[in-house]
Amino acid sequence: MRIDVEGLVLRYGDVTALDGLTLSLEPGKIYGLLGRNGSGKTSLLSVLAGFRRQTAGDVRIDGRPVFENGSVTGRISLIRDTGETVDIGSAEDAIFFAEWLRPDWDGDYARSLLDLFGIDPKKNVKEMSKGQRSAVGVVIGLAGRAPLTMFDESYLGMDAPSRQAFYDALLADYIAHPRTIVLSTHLIEEVSSLFEEVVIIDRGRLVVHEESQALLSRGTAVTGPTAQVDAFTAGLTVLGARQLGPTKSAMLYGDLDDARRGEAAASGLELGPIDLQDLFIHLTGGSGTSGAEAPPAAELRTGETR
Amino acid sequence: MFDDRSPIYRQIADRIKADVLSEALKGDEQVMSTNQYAAFYRINPATAAKAFQQLVEEGVLYKKRGIGMFVSPDARDALRAERRENFFTDVVDPMVAQAKTVGIPLGDVIERIKQLEER
Repeated sequence: MRIDVEGLVLRYGDVTALDGLTLSLEPGKIYGLLGRNGSGKTSLLSVLAGFRRQTAGDVRIDGRPVFENGSVTGRISLIRDTGETVDIGSAEDAIFFAEWLRPDWDGDYARSLLDLFGIDPKKNVKEMSKGQRSAVGVVIGLAGRAPLTMFDESYLGMDAPSRQAFYDALLADYIAHPRTIVLSTHLIEEVSSLFEEVVIIDRGRLVVHEESQALLSRGTAVTGPTAQVDAFTAGLTVLGARQLGPTKSAMLYGDLDDARRGEAAASGLELGPIDLQDLFIHLTGGSGTSGAEAPPAAELRTGETR
Repeated sequence: MFDDRSPIYRQIADRIKADVLSEALKGDEQVMSTNQYAAFYRINPATAAKAFQQLVEEGVLYKKRGIGMFVSPDARDALRAERRENFFTDVVDPMVAQAKTVGIPLGDVIERIKQLEER
């Protein structure tokens, strides 16, 4: 399903969670939604799912407003970070409830997923470990096959093998049944290869929306003798730098054409890729607390062409 | 040439090119689908598709609509010619530079090459 958000504002009392966010997502892709704690990820997903009404701005899913619009919300699924916590009885009961709620539900798939994650269908959800509750949430999210499926840190409680099984299942099911999937996560390194596009928000605003491979191609680590690195990076957007004796490594953000790359090679500089996690850390203000100095958003938003 | 921008693209493209060079993939043979590559490498199918697109543009693969991707009949010859062309700059020059750095006389390097040829 297509998502169009314009000038979205969400306030809780004095707190502004979303501050004039504008974003359009085309249908049928896997999106990574990245942001630091308190950046507004969960607020955005809650508004998209119709769980919360926006304070101001326009939110449309496939061109229609979402809040209290049953014809749209039935086709949107948001699995929250706490997994399946509805006081509903056993995993089997949760699945029965989901089947009744979800028009595109696949019961056989749900049962095979429970099996994959080693969940006893008869066990009461309240008595499950955090990881198992997360897995039940993930099963409901995947088997619901909702045209807009969003996972908000849903798999954070799961252990590494279960998360890997989730990523494989998600990818296989997305290939078989393409739909719009939004994954919000802090485990960037683990999941980033699944994203077709990446959305980074900070302090309730959009920082970057770009195809993930294009975003990765914009980040370049330049390493070499300090003076040469400084000369090469002068006038370019430098996200951060590290120093080891006479050697400096600077993170550049922006396109480097072949001529510039040739120039770097000729002056003995090493160019390398930056992974998404490092780019994310530097695009949202470095490793300090949230709200620290970030590069001017306008400078970075060049990728927002949609 | 300066293709260090996308490790996943490069992995897939390099793998396929290596298979074509070693004839593990022969001319007109079908390659695995983008979805199979996506599942194997755990990457978004669009990313895999772009690596394939790049190989089509380079003439290594060709597309049969509705069927899949195939190895171009002349891909191996073209890749071999390309590797030959770049062999001295990509392989020999760095080797000579390395030999100089660690202090191996070039005469010793030439001697070694001759020994290998006689085997």
